[in-house]
Parts: sequence; C-alpha cells; structure tokens
Amino acid sequence: MIGNVLMKAPGVRWGGVSPVAALGVVLLALIPFALSDYQVFQLTLIIANSIALLGLNLLTGYNGQISLGHGAFYAAGAYTTAILMDKFGVPYWLTIPISGVVCYGLGWGVGFPALRLEGLYLALVTFAMGICVPQILKYKHFEHMTGGVQGIVLNKPDAPFGIPLTPDHWLFLFTLVIMVGMFIAAKNLLAGHTGKALIAIRDNPIAAGAMGIDVARYKTTTFGISAMYTGIAGSLCSLSIQFVAPDSFSALSIGFLVGIVVGGLASISGAIYGAIFIQFVPHLAENISKAAPSAIFGLLLIAFVYVLPFGIAGSLKKLQMRYQARRGPKVP
Amino acid sequence: MDEFIHQVFSGLATGGVYASLALALVMIYQATHHINFAQGEMAMTSTYLCWALIEVGLPYWVAFLVTLVVSFGLGVGIQRFVIQPVEKAPVLSVVIVFIGVLVILNSLVGWIFGYTMKSFPSPFPEKPLFGNSFLSSHELGVMAMTFLVVGGLFAFLRLTPLGLAMRAAAANPVSSHLVGIRVNQMLALGWGLAAAIGAIAGMMIAPITFLDPNMMYGVLLYASAAALLGGIDNPFGAVLGGFILGVLENVIGAFVIGTELKLTVALGIMVITLLVKPSGLLGKTVVTRV
Amino acid sequence: MNLLSVRDLHASYGSIRVLHGVSLDVELGGVTTVLGANGAGKTTLLRAICGMVSRQGEITFEGKRIDGKSTPDIARSGIAHVPEGRGTFAPLTTEENLRLGAYTRKDKEVENDYERVFEYFPRLRERRAQQAGTLSGGEQQMLAIGRALMLRPKLLVLDEPSFGLAPLIVQEIFRIMRKINEEQQVSVLLVEQNANLALEFADRACVLETGRVVISGTPDELSNNEDIRRAYLGY
Repeated sequence: MIGNVLMKAPGVRWGGVSPVAALGVVLLALIPFALSDYQVFQLTLIIANSIALLGLNLLTGYNGQISLGHGAFYAAGAYTTAILMDKFGVPYWLTIPISGVVCYGLGWGVGFPALRLEGLYLALVTFAMGICVPQILKYKHFEHMTGGVQGIVLNKPDAPFGIPLTPDHWLFLFTLVIMVGMFIAAKNLLAGHTGKALIAIRDNPIAAGAMGIDVARYKTTTFGISAMYTGIAGSLCSLSIQFVAPDSFSALSIGFLVGIVVGGLASISGAIYGAIFIQFVPHLAENISKAAPSAIFGLLLIAFVYVLPFGIAGSLKKLQMRYQARRGPKVP
Repeated sequence: MDEFIHQVFSGLATGGVYASLALALVMIYQATHHINFAQGEMAMTSTYLCWALIEVGLPYWVAFLVTLVVSFGLGVGIQRFVIQPVEKAPVLSVVIVFIGVLVILNSLVGWIFGYTMKSFPSPFPEKPLFGNSFLSSHELGVMAMTFLVVGGLFAFLRLTPLGLAMRAAAANPVSSHLVGIRVNQMLALGWGLAAAIGAIAGMMIAPITFLDPNMMYGVLLYASAAALLGGIDNPFGAVLGGFILGVLENVIGAFVIGTELKLTVALGIMVITLLVKPSGLLGKTVVTRV
Repeated sequence: MNLLSVRDLHASYGSIRVLHGVSLDVELGGVTTVLGANGAGKTTLLRAICGMVSRQGEITFEGKRIDGKSTPDIARSGIAHVPEGRGTFAPLTTEENLRLGAYTRKDKEVENDYERVFEYFPRLRERRAQQAGTLSGGEQQMLAIGRALMLRPKLLVLDEPSFGLAPLIVQEIFRIMRKINEEQQVSVLLVEQNANLALEFADRACVLETGRVVISGTPDELSNNEDIRRAYLGY
C-alpha cells in the first residue's frame, strides 16, 4: 500500500490535483502577508486540524471503522513533539516524521485488536480510549516526562536561514506544505484500488474478503495511517499553540466527529470544510455562553444526520452533479 | 486485611451503581441492538433535576420520586423524537446521534447549573449501621437500592404480561406486531425504564462523587465495561459484571495501580473481555451465517 | 360470504413493485390457497394483507377496510399470521410464546384455549418450559400455529407451513389444520409450494406468477388444467 503512494509521487503525475486547488494553495501561501499574526495562527490551526480530520475520515468515512477517541492519537502526536523538543532537544521539524512513525505504530497497535470488534464495540472502546487519555497523561509516574497537569511549554521556532518571516508566518508555511503533501498522498491512495478496497471493506467486509481483499491488513494499516495523520496534526498544533496539557484533549474526539460529519464523510475536501467549521463556530458561539459551543455541536451532529447526512462536501457534490445532469452530457 | 475487606465491600456498593447503569445499557441493547452512549448524561441530568428540587425545598424522597417520573418521560421523549427517526439508518449515523444527545445534555446542564461542583445529599443516616467499620450507611443503602431496582425489574419482566411483551418486542419485533404488540410503544417503555434506572444510579453515586456535569463519564465507562464483561445481551450478566467491576476498581486502585488510573483499568478490562471472550461471562456466543 | 376480500392489490419494497393488481377471496369458514414458484410474490401478498409492506388496493375483512391499518391493529381485528420461517420468539419458552398469542385478549377463555392447543399438539405440552429456539423445525411450526390459535382468530394466514419439514410431520400439521378449520370455523389463507397437499386441503385456489394472478378456481379446475399440472403438480 505504501508502494502505491510512492509510485504516484509528484514528478510522475500530479495525481489529479485540479488547477483550482493548486491556485488555491498558492493564494493561501500568500495570504498571511495581508493578515495579523493572530489570524495567521488561526489559519495554521485550521490547516493542521484538516489533516486530523482527513485522518479520521480515512478510517471512519472511507473504511467504516468508527473511532470516537481520535483525540488520543492527536494527544500522542502533540506530546511526542513536546517531549522530544523539551526533554531531548530534537529540532522541531524532525519531530514531525518521528511523531508520524510513533502514531502510526500506536494506530496499528489499536487497529490490530480492533479487528475483532464490530462497529458499536469499536465505537465504545475508542470512546473509552478518548476518555482515558487525560488520566494517563496526568499519571504521576509519567510526570517527569509529561509535565503532569501543568503540561509542557514550547518555543515557537524561528524561520530558518534568516528568512524575513515572523515565526507565525513561517509555521503557517511549514504546516501548509505538510498539509498539501499529506492531502495529495491521501488522494492518490484513495484514487487507486486501495481506495476501492477500503470502501468495499466498509460496505461489505465479507464480500470484500471473498473477493480476495486482505481485509485484516487493510484495516490495521488504515488505522495506522489514520492515527499517523491525526498525530502529525497534533504535533503541528502543539508547535503553533506552544503548549500541551492533559486537559486540552478531553473534548477533541467529539470535535473531530463533528468536523467530519459536518464537512462530509468519505470526502477529502470535507476535511477542510470541517476544520474551518470547528475552528470558528466555537468562537462565535462562546459569545452566547460558555456551554453554547458544545450544545451547538450536539444539535448540529443530530441535525446533519437527519438533514445533510453527506455533510457540506457531499451536498456540494450532489448539487454539482444535479447541475451537470441538467446541462446534459458533454459533447465528446 | 481489614483494608482489603473494606475495599471489597465499598466496591460492592459502587458496583451496585455500575450494575444498575449496566442494566439500563443492556435493556436498550437487547431491544434495539444499540449502545446508548448518552445513558450516563441522561442519568446526570436526572440527578441535577433532583438536586434542584431539593434546593427548592422538596423533601428527599419526594424529589426522588418526581425525578423518577420525569426521567421516565425524558427517556420516552428521546426515544420517540430523536432515536426513532434514525432507527433504520447505518450504525455510524445512529452512534453520531447518540453522541449528539450526550453533548447536548452535558452542555445544557453546564449552562443551566454551572460547572462548579456541588454536594448531593444522601438519604441514608450519617452513622454506620451497627457501628461496623466496613460499610457506611450510604453504601449499605446503595446496595439495598440496587437489589430493589434489579429485583423489581426482573419481577416486572418475568412475571407481568407487559414485561413479557417487552421481552417479545426485543426478541422478535416482526412477530410481536403479528400478535398485536405495538413494538414502538414497547421501545419507548424500555427507554423510559432505562432512564429511570439510570436516574437512580446517578442519585446513588452523586453523594460519593459530588455533582458536576462530567461526573458520569467514569461511571458510564465502568458500566459499559460491566455490561461487556457480563454479556451485553444478558441482564444477569450486567448485574454480575457491575459488582465485579466495582470490587476490581477498588482493589486494583488500592493495591495494584493506584487510584489515578481507574478509568484506564476499566478500559483495560473492556479490551481484555472483547479479545478473550467477546460474548462476556454469561452472554451467548452468536454465530453469524455468511 | 367472503370473510376476506382483496381487490387490485399492489405492493412494493421501496421502489420495486412486486404485486401488480392481485385479487382474491377467502370464504367464511373456507380455505383458500395461493400457489406459485419462488419469487412469485406469495409471501409479499400475505405481508401486504397484514400491513407489513407498503401497499395500495382494497382489502376488506368482515366487511371493513383494513388496507390502511397497522400490523398490530390488523392482528387485533382477528387475523393471525404464521410467517415463513415460523417467527417464534426464540429466547422465550414455549409457554411464553403461546401466552403472547393471547396478549391482546381480555376474555376469560384463555386457559381453555391453552388446553385446546396442547390437545392439537401434544408435543408442545411436553416442551412447555423449554426455550422455543431449541425446538425442532416441526415443533416450532406447531408452536407458531398454536400461537396464532391463541389469538382466537377468524382468519389464519399461513406462509409455507411445510417448508423445511419432513413429510410425516407435514402431513400431521395439515391434518391438524383441517381439524382446526372444521371444528372451530377458522378460515384459512394458505400459501404453499407443496401444491398437491395444498389443493387437497383447499376449497379455492389461485396461482401467482411474478406478482399477478394467472388462474383461479376450485382445486379440481386447477388440477385438470394441463399447464398447471405440468408446471406445479409435476405430471
């Protein structure tokens, strides 16, 4: 499966990246010059979180394995970066691939026993996993590493080689490049027979197995990749926020769920819509009351299942298809 | 040794709470094949309601009964208006709706009552019964309440026609329709009962854990582990699992791992159960025909 | 006099139409059988009558329209449906299964009816405390019919009662069904693949093919029909 991704690396083909998306990325790279540092910071978080959502979507949307505890992998990534930088002096950019490997391993480790668990049970266990993470992080025997309740403070890295960009701006570009790379990789992965295999496993695992798909291998690998994506997102966010602490991760899993439901299950662009959503809606809602963001999340979860089960991305695609159908077939 | 006995008895008391909540989970699972992720938050909401009624001046047991009735209604309402419309939807959608309910209840309570911890009264006397040093009166009271709830539920299900109809609706909804049972009504009844049982669980544990919107997450975790350990389709198993988990929680917490990782212990038990004997201690192994 | 009257019944699963304008009657005290190959729509027909699938058309029972009613209400009107696959409540005991048949009754004759069911099916008396799911196929069929009888129905609707059962058991079940029809004036609507047995038992018959009635009449008329004999009776 990894071979598939590498064979389609840029240089051979751009794997179907549309010109619109490419233009969007270029514009995005230039926008920070027009924004304040704080706004750039927010943009960075959105981009990093979209990686997290893409990770969860790979697992739950495309492969049908329900995870209600992805906050755990996010925390793992965040803490890996924090501990490596704080206790071992590893440079920030090196922590990203290390975090990726660690989280892949964790995800694979969870994915392996998860093979035995069907839908609901997996949801239950991952739910439990998400709840347990803050406790594990606060555990006193790990305190010397994790910093206990207080967590770890990080320094925002400066732009390298003396390039005249603010740290926020540099971090934004760093995150953006990683995000684009990971999105292209995911897109290539899903476009090929791997994507079809994942979806086949989601829709009818027995039939998929009967067709010769190695269900177990795909499922555990997908768990690993999903955890890797979300973990790297956690690492990137911890660099931006400059801080990791156990209690910041408790409500994340639910936030991610909201993100992929609102953005659109089984959709790559959905991850971006979802990330924008979960970044801004709480801010807007907090003006009403401290509890309002959660209440709105809850209401929206239910509303989207009833009304827009395909999320924003799915609904847009439906509109697009309906528009194209009305216009009639393209003349060859 | 004394300490050990104390932990075991204490564990049996909290085990009673887990058993009750696990029973509620199993009831809904048997009837609908869904895990009610929102069970804990429903219980928490009920407990806050009771607290509010007591604050307003109602005597404890009156508030208790009113809470039971209202909780029953809440359960019926959620089943009818939130869950029933998505009955036939894929698993993921249903799970998402449950999580939605969980989140809404949690935030509503936080909004109305605030996030500071409150104390919740116990209806049982302060001094330990018979001057013993192993069990506080509250813990004894919790155990008695658990037996009442569990016994009452079993009697209802096994001995009354309505209980029989509920079991039938859970076992075979289509055939139930064919004998004139209105399955949707049975489901609503089941949810109402589960909500009432959950309310009792919440009101029993609140004096120990104090009242705060997040108080039931841990209890739900333990109750789920208990239900899985006992066999998610077996009410006896749920009760047995609850007591086992209560004792394990205390014993492992006091003597093995320390009290800070209690939630992780529950997770561990869940995972071990699902890997070693997925049908639980008393559940039936289901063979799926391909 | 017709107990049950079906006129121009259409039924579908989702957007797939399965029945196309089916009409049939069941006389008061009579036995009507519906024959047909797999996939003809026989089970759908019974389900449509009992309100279990989406349907359009006129269904009249005892002079009143029931095509808009829900399944539980139709059961309470006096129609007992024994579904294909028996539909027993597997985790419950034999006795509990029978008691459920009488769930909607408020009269005092229920105990007598138990006795009568055990007289028809002595094997069930032996197994009264046993879990229904552990009964043999034949016993479960008897249990399903017994449960239907506990409703004190006016119309017994049976979906392939012979399916998957040994010939001797099937004969016993048909013998008992004839007794029930004669002794208690319970009318019967029977769907069967075993055409010979069904035609012996019934006083009216029809054949369903891909959702349409292709022929109907008395059993004699059907047996004498060359095409029917060749297609369904094997000679």
